[in-house]
Amino acid sequence: MLRIDCPFCGPRNHDEFTYLEDGSVKMPALANSNKNAWYEAVFLRENPRGAHIEDWHHTQGCRMVLRVKRDTLTHKITSVVPAHPEYKKMLASRDKPVRPSGKKSAGARAK
Amino acid sequence: MGGYRLKNGGLINRDKPVSFSFNGRKLNGFEGDSIAAALLANNVQQVGRSFKYHRLRGVMSAGPEEGGALFNVNDGAKRIANVKGTMAELRPQMQVYAQNAYPGIRFDIGAINSLFAPFLSAGFYYKTFMGPMRSTSFWMFCERFIRKAAGLGTASREPDPDSYDIAYGFCDVLVVGAGPSGLHAAAELAEQGRKVILVEQDFEAGGSYLSSGRPEDLALRDQLIRRLKTAGGQLMLRSTAFGLYDGLVTGVIERLTDHITDPDPHCPREITHILHPRHVVLATGASERGLAFGNNDRPGVMLAGALRSYACRYGVMAGGSAVLATCHDGTYEDAIMLAGLGMEITLIDARNRKSRQYQAASAAGITVLNGKVPVNVAGSSAVAGIEVADIDEKGVVDKVTTLIGCEVVGISGGYSPVIHLPSHRGIKPRWEASIQAFVTGQTSENIHVIGAADGVFEASACIDHARQLCAKMMGKKPKKQIRRGIPGGQRPLFEIQIEGRKLKSFIDPQHDVTSEDIRQAHREGFVSVEHMKRYTTLGMATDQGRVGNILGLAVMAQAQGLAVGSSGVTTFRPPFTPVSIGALAARERGADWRPVRRTPMHYEHLAAGAVMTDAGAWKRAWYYPKQGETIDDAYIREAATTRQNVAMVDVSTLGKIAVQGPDATEFLNRIYVNPFAKLAIGKARYGIMLRDDGMVLDDGTTWRLAEDDYFMTTTTAQAAPVMQFLEELLQRRWTDLKVHISSVTDQWAGMAVAGPYAREVLSAQFPSEGWSDAAFPFMGVREITFAQEGRDIICRVARISFSGERAFEIYVSADKGAALWSSLASHIKEGGGCLYGMEALGALRIEKGHVTAAELDGRVTLEDAGFGKMASKTKPFIGSVLRQRPHLIFENRPQLVGIFPKDRTGRFSAGAILCHPDQVSGFGEGWVTAVTHSPALGHWIGLGFISGGAEAWQNKTVMVADPVRDNFVEAEIVSPHMFDPQGGRQHG
Repeated sequence: MLRIDCPFCGPRNHDEFTYLEDGSVKMPALANSNKNAWYEAVFLRENPRGAHIEDWHHTQGCRMVLRVKRDTLTHKITSVVPAHPEYKKMLASRDKPVRPSGKKSAGARAK
Repeated sequence: MGGYRLKNGGLINRDKPVSFSFNGRKLNGFEGDSIAAALLANNVQQVGRSFKYHRLRGVMSAGPEEGGALFNVNDGAKRIANVKGTMAELRPQMQVYAQNAYPGIRFDIGAINSLFAPFLSAGFYYKTFMGPMRSTSFWMFCERFIRKAAGLGTASREPDPDSYDIAYGFCDVLVVGAGPSGLHAAAELAEQGRKVILVEQDFEAGGSYLSSGRPEDLALRDQLIRRLKTAGGQLMLRSTAFGLYDGLVTGVIERLTDHITDPDPHCPREITHILHPRHVVLATGASERGLAFGNNDRPGVMLAGALRSYACRYGVMAGGSAVLATCHDGTYEDAIMLAGLGMEITLIDARNRKSRQYQAASAAGITVLNGKVPVNVAGSSAVAGIEVADIDEKGVVDKVTTLIGCEVVGISGGYSPVIHLPSHRGIKPRWEASIQAFVTGQTSENIHVIGAADGVFEASACIDHARQLCAKMMGKKPKKQIRRGIPGGQRPLFEIQIEGRKLKSFIDPQHDVTSEDIRQAHREGFVSVEHMKRYTTLGMATDQGRVGNILGLAVMAQAQGLAVGSSGVTTFRPPFTPVSIGALAARERGADWRPVRRTPMHYEHLAAGAVMTDAGAWKRAWYYPKQGETIDDAYIREAATTRQNVAMVDVSTLGKIAVQGPDATEFLNRIYVNPFAKLAIGKARYGIMLRDDGMVLDDGTTWRLAEDDYFMTTTTAQAAPVMQFLEELLQRRWTDLKVHISSVTDQWAGMAVAGPYAREVLSAQFPSEGWSDAAFPFMGVREITFAQEGRDIICRVARISFSGERAFEIYVSADKGAALWSSLASHIKEGGGCLYGMEALGALRIEKGHVTAAELDGRVTLEDAGFGKMASKTKPFIGSVLRQRPHLIFENRPQLVGIFPKDRTGRFSAGAILCHPDQVSGFGEGWVTAVTHSPALGHWIGLGFISGGAEAWQNKTVMVADPVRDNFVEAEIVSPHMFDPQGGRQHG
């Protein structure tokens, strides 16, 4: 059983999570009408032996999408961060909370 | 003389005699006996028949490596197969049965198999059934005889009456094995402040202390247990660590009731513990291994150490006289102990030099013969004696043999560390020449192997090893080298062969694998350890080859002319010993397999006499039968009442998602195929969403409540996947959108009032609101506030229709659902309306050609479902690019259609195949997804998909083929909108 150290909930068994997909895949912009670009992003996947970036959804917890670095050979997990860049930033600087939009929080302004 | 019980001694409770039965015969033992110990004490030598050749089997060991004493225990539903008699605790009234013997052990029909042994060698099944006789029917003919003849115990076919549980645990250190090393490590680590759990598969802690025969060892054991417990450590007996997994998660099975005659009915039989330790200390000990020589599987041939275990731990002598055959000093101590208890012993040692223990053994009255090995066991149903021969320095065995008479034979080829758990983690074992066995290799994980499990066999060295580990875990450097091996050394000895003589030498007694089978595997090219294992089935029985693995490798290495151990060893996989499937399932079975979801109106449905049905995890009202009505009578009446008058259905199970925030409109516009940018506040819109690959994901209505506040509904089936997909989009892909979504499915009770008189019902319920078409047009949404018990209750109403009738969907806070439902139901009843369930809902929607999960099965495009025109041409949306893939816009794709039986009295079923009438074969042209009797049309109708759609099949006949139910009906294909295609009824 894998243990995923959710940055919001703490270490939890992997059966609380749903594997979504390869976290390194970047989907084309919605306005991109290139069929090949979509085909590659939706269907083509690497199957690496070793380091793998993957997105997991904490379905039975905080429901956040987490970006997990996992070794497919040893199952060793080396990093777990929120997939959303603003939440990632927010957690990295927990002492000075920021809103997902990047603005300072109301609490911080009041000071 | 045979097996007998000593007058005193042993760890059994002589004040508590235990009566049990073996094959129906009443026998007696004592509390603290294992089944095998009690059988030996009663001089029961033959305990079963072997797997393939049906050879007689006796007790071979005193531990989990047992390959002979396997039993069926209990009768009826509680019967358990393949119970290891060497591990199972005896309890009063226990019913024990021999396995694989029909009609009895002494006379067994299957034993005739041994006459055919030359044909039943390794690879028999492959050669016979994949060779010249290859055909399925021949295998199926032979299978029932083979299945009856081969195999071990028989499981009960009744549902398991016992309960099981699962528990999660956390600790700093998990110590596996409560022998000398494990006890020392656990006690010291606990005293250093670590949270320690010590698990032991046996029903007594102590390991080799239990069979040493030295009272001071037991005193030391008791002291160590006290120290462990005083320091807050936990000792779990009857608990097997069966698997070691990622992150050191350890599966432990704890057996709670098998040793109790009348257990508390509320106590689970077994508990699966999922432990999360920071460190795992493996003090799993070593298994003694046998030697391969002729007839070494005869009842009465046992491991030498097992003879001592039975004598010292259980006070049972397996026989009056024994020949012990060994190649190392370890057996001398066993022999001296047994001789002291009255066994007449001849010790034959393969080494030519005299052991350091020679004097002590002689002084104990033991005849020690050096340079001799066992060759062949004499006796057919039990040991009568053993032929021994000289062995020279090079390992050549003399052809001249001498017969030594004895009742039992004790053998020892050395000790193999139990390395199964590290093997589960993929740690490659390493051959250690000093002990002629494999030890655990290097690992970066916090796994520590100590004591005999690491090849350290001397008791004092084991304690040093445990202490050194504790020091290391406290950050101290190790002081001295721990010595591996048996003091005095050992001579490598595996198989005894004599030139010109064929011996039946068993390597794996549980699977009847002989040394000749291994050589055959070599001749036929199956030389790698993994191939050899699968070809011969060596090590694939329930003991996982504990006794025979090294022997098999040695025989193969000799055949190849290689050094023993150079080949590596097969990977051991969980479970370490067999685990009940029930214990793994634990509580997740029957009604507890998954949670039950009930709608807020559940008990109103029951009170109204509804028959309920399962829809995923939900319980839903299926139909509401009146006195004497069948399901068909009921749903046809309910559907007709809806069309003619008014009726109400519970729609609380629909998924509901609050979509809120300044970018909510943009978000919806991207996920739905149809435009959502200009949906007015106070209006609802039907929308369809696709997956990235262009297939339909779900459909439903979304209501705009305010500028930045939407209420989305999804189908019941797709509620969870849609929610997850939307979260994924917002967190991974469109991280700039300011949208918040939350599932509110459980917060809102939903009910739909449908029928020509729906308006009257609503205006009776909410008289102050306007319900005319002008005041509340089709697709309109409004919030109504009403007072109840002095509080303002808000409900949301939309004029939307799934039934095709004039209809209103009403949502109210879940806790008010039942009250509002009852009130609406009484208004409906006054006007002669009724409640309707899932079956009538299905009839109404099929008549209208409205799709559900039966049609939207994940393989359907917008065009297939008839929604092609809904897709916006001016905006991109999820799936808008890949839905244009050539194969998805292929004209002849199966499309949604209605189906009428040609003869209007005919009927057909969902799942039937639509075929061309003159080609009723293969995949056909399409399939039927849903059927109903249509009260509006007066005959059976169906929905389905067929190549090319309704236009391609105009004025043509199709065959609705249902070969499974043997029903073939001619039908015509029509538009899926079979009733009121203009929608006048819902708009009016």
